[in-house]
Amino acid sequence: MNRIALFLPLALFAVLTVVLLLGLDKDPAELPSALVGEPFPIFSLPSLHDANQMLAEQDILGDVVLVNVWATWCFACRIEHAMLNQLAEQGVKVIGLNYKDNREAAIDWLRKRGDPYAFSIFDERGGLGIDLGVYGAPETYLLDATGTIRHRRVGVVDDRVWNSEFRDLYAQLVSNKR
Amino acid sequence: MNSLRKQRLQVVLLIMLAGVLASGLIIYMLGQNANYFYTPSQIAQGEAPQGVFLRAGGMVVEGSLLRDPDSLAVEFRVTDGNAVLVIQYRGILPDLFDEGEAAIAAGKVDQNLVLQATEVLAKHDENYMPPEVAESMSEAYLNKRKAEGYSR
Amino acid sequence: MTVELGHIALIVALCLAIIQAVIPMIGSFSGHTSWMRLGHSMAVGQFVFVALSFACLSAAFVQDDFSVAYVANNSNTLLPLHFKLSAVWGAHEGSLLLWSLILSGWSAAVALCSGKLPLVLSARVLSVLGAISVGFALFTLLTSNPFDRILPVSPIEGSDLNPLLQDFGLIVHPPMLYMGYVGFSVPFAFAIAALIGGQFDSAWARWSRPWINVSWVFLTIGISLGSWWAYYELGWGGWWFWDPVENASFMPWLAGTALMHSISASEKRGVFRSWTLLLAILTFSLSLLGTFLVRSGVLTSVHAFASDPERGVFILLFLGIVVGASLLLFALRGPTMRSATTYSGWSRETMLLINNVFLVSAMAMILIGTLYPLLADVLGMGKISVGPPYFNFFFVPLMSGLMVCLGFAGFTRWKNTEGRALLKKGVLPLTISSVMALVLPLFMVDKLTWSNYSLTAVVTLMLVLWVVTMSLEDLWLKCRGKLSSLSSLSGSYWGMLVAHIGLAVCALGVGLSTAYDVQKDLRMVPGDMTELGGYEFQFIEVKPIEGPNFIAYRADVDVRSGGEFIVRLSPEKRNYKSGGQVMTEADIDGQLHRDLYVSLGEPLGDQAWAIRFQVKPYVRCIWLGSLLMGLGGLLAAFDKRYRRRRQRKIVNSSNEGLAFE
Repeated sequence: MNRIALFLPLALFAVLTVVLLLGLDKDPAELPSALVGEPFPIFSLPSLHDANQMLAEQDILGDVVLVNVWATWCFACRIEHAMLNQLAEQGVKVIGLNYKDNREAAIDWLRKRGDPYAFSIFDERGGLGIDLGVYGAPETYLLDATGTIRHRRVGVVDDRVWNSEFRDLYAQLVSNKR
Repeated sequence: MNSLRKQRLQVVLLIMLAGVLASGLIIYMLGQNANYFYTPSQIAQGEAPQGVFLRAGGMVVEGSLLRDPDSLAVEFRVTDGNAVLVIQYRGILPDLFDEGEAAIAAGKVDQNLVLQATEVLAKHDENYMPPEVAESMSEAYLNKRKAEGYSR
Repeated sequence: MTVELGHIALIVALCLAIIQAVIPMIGSFSGHTSWMRLGHSMAVGQFVFVALSFACLSAAFVQDDFSVAYVANNSNTLLPLHFKLSAVWGAHEGSLLLWSLILSGWSAAVALCSGKLPLVLSARVLSVLGAISVGFALFTLLTSNPFDRILPVSPIEGSDLNPLLQDFGLIVHPPMLYMGYVGFSVPFAFAIAALIGGQFDSAWARWSRPWINVSWVFLTIGISLGSWWAYYELGWGGWWFWDPVENASFMPWLAGTALMHSISASEKRGVFRSWTLLLAILTFSLSLLGTFLVRSGVLTSVHAFASDPERGVFILLFLGIVVGASLLLFALRGPTMRSATTYSGWSRETMLLINNVFLVSAMAMILIGTLYPLLADVLGMGKISVGPPYFNFFFVPLMSGLMVCLGFAGFTRWKNTEGRALLKKGVLPLTISSVMALVLPLFMVDKLTWSNYSLTAVVTLMLVLWVVTMSLEDLWLKCRGKLSSLSSLSGSYWGMLVAHIGLAVCALGVGLSTAYDVQKDLRMVPGDMTELGGYEFQFIEVKPIEGPNFIAYRADVDVRSGGEFIVRLSPEKRNYKSGGQVMTEADIDGQLHRDLYVSLGEPLGDQAWAIRFQVKPYVRCIWLGSLLMGLGGLLAAFDKRYRRRRQRKIVNSSNEGLAFE
């Protein structure tokens, strides 16, 4: 009888662990987005480099692409930038979503640090960001050729993240397309 | 039943009674003090109870912040990308409160579906969006898209 | 190069920790003395290497080595040197390294002070500590390496340390808190060693006691520093929010306090043995749980570190292994035998039991309130936050009950105390405290009306005075009115007395500041006046000023009382250059009986500003009381008794050791 009572703390702890485990699953950063598996939102926004050129969701179809949310006010983007340059050199198509930023500062930044983006969407008021459910810059979405979001990363994409989360999925999507 | 047993039984009963009482109280108090989070869409559709203390939040709509010239009363609107919620508040706004940024307010919804807030919270740093707000935004977007029958 | 050196040192420390965890434990079963001895040198060696690693990271901060991601994220060239150093533990990775450092420090301390312990016991204790070290070193290296480089291109300038963290309180708060958290790993290790050995004599209790006391002191100081920091640095005058992260540190404190009391009964009378073992496990488990909650991001909080589910999984796994294994061990080997001794009536044992019921109930209800939002989320009941009223509703009565019982602490005797005699001793203090509690609030307000005669104040004063008068009466009786006999009282008695009075002082601060706190948020233009709590505040002007790494608006507010100038307060609104963060820097005029607290809100245009004025009576007593509690813990920890007893024990323990082998 007494011995059984001693098991009580263990049992309670087991219950607690299950709740915590499920809680981890619930973590919003873990469930990347309600949008994974959904098509990229419709939008109509100017290009960063040319205010007169309007871009829309059709412009990102046809290729496997990374859409990278960035801004000059975002410090972590500075860290990430080198990685994006490297990816672009390797032939990965990266599209920039310049988020709530200043156009001159953003263009200047790309001139100084190199421009890994095939083109940059200029989302001054963050409207597309709202549709995407952006937490904050940086964020990176992997889209397949049909424009469906396949993966979302909140935070910096570095070597480790690329290798563990993106590389294989990217390769697979590219081969699917062919 | 000897006296020792009887005594022990009493102790056990007492402990059980205390346990039941305590858990009852805890459940009741949790129910009373659990503040649910509602999105602007939910409040617009009347899903949120009126006169109950709750939390709501979203992006502060650009240009929506109005100040009373004589007091600290303010009014602003937040959106989840779908519906808009009007929030009224009297007091000092947090440091990182800004238009176009995420904010959460706690208070009661009145009959005009305006949130009378007693507390306004903003994000704590530049790269952070409260998870509730982020989640409600992408949900709102999905719902909106379904409603429009949008497909590619 | 220093960075790589730091990384390697950490890996070496991990290897030493593995040896420390495995070899002495095997040796303790096989009886190899040299194997058991190995733990001691490994623990010291591990400390040296973790310290080296920590020094290397600090060096990277001092040298502005922004090729290191962690440095680049948390420091910049503008930061003053002392903040560069404190930035080392300003974020997740570095604070984990600090955890490891402190853990290895405690292990080394155990290794160096364990000369008088039976070798089998100290080997097992060090082995358990080593195992915990392995967990944390692995966690650091695998998921949160502070030595990661940003390559190939590294930034020229770093980001900013969160301005909220650029503060003295935050330099000292985390190390203190961790010293406490981690310190409880020592009694935990003692408990596990006792469970493995199946020996629950009073020896393990006696050896753990000083460690428990010292850890408890650190935790007490750490928590009150955190609350103090929130009070003056968050800028709006709150000092406790029942925020999940605060709760995470408060739960081990409550369990640790319970442990500190129950273990005295276990040592002296051999009662509550399984309960004490369980508390030792529980206290450290709650420290680990706190770490999990803060770092996994499962709960949203003001203080939460940037969340990363990968880290959450790791800590949960670690938590599961450590706590699960120790509870399983407890279930299988815990003592079930009834204690040989008995106690009855209002004995000290009974009072300690009641103390534990109050403390553990408080801990349990905080645990439930903290985890309920998580549970609700898991069950799909929506996003919930539990408000402070829930916590206050339970916490205030529980602590009040605790204080009522606490009054009798000194008078009780082991084994049995006559209830009637006990009550008799309470008559005079009860009379004094009741009368004073009813009368004093009459003089605490300017103009007395029915509505401002505060019931909260009456109850607070009654409890506080009860504890103080009872303690003093006991002191009076103990020294029989002769000052000369004060010095003959033991350190642990003084410790108890000071800590109990400290709790009363703390409660005084909490109760009176709640009862008489007044606050006004106003829109003001220069020249405006307002009256609050018997003080006149005049808003003079706002000027822009420049600090070392921020620009700010500084307001001048003159405070007068009855026309007499008291102080000029200058709250600021700061804008940090490198991160662009905005911060409210309140200005406080603090005195023992009241704080004047002014914080500057946002500009409203036309020279108008939003300003918050607060008068907080006796709020300082909260932290003063905590300091007294800490002092009490120290006095008890360094009681001569432990040293004397230990020396006498050498003979016994070496005999025991022989018999055991």
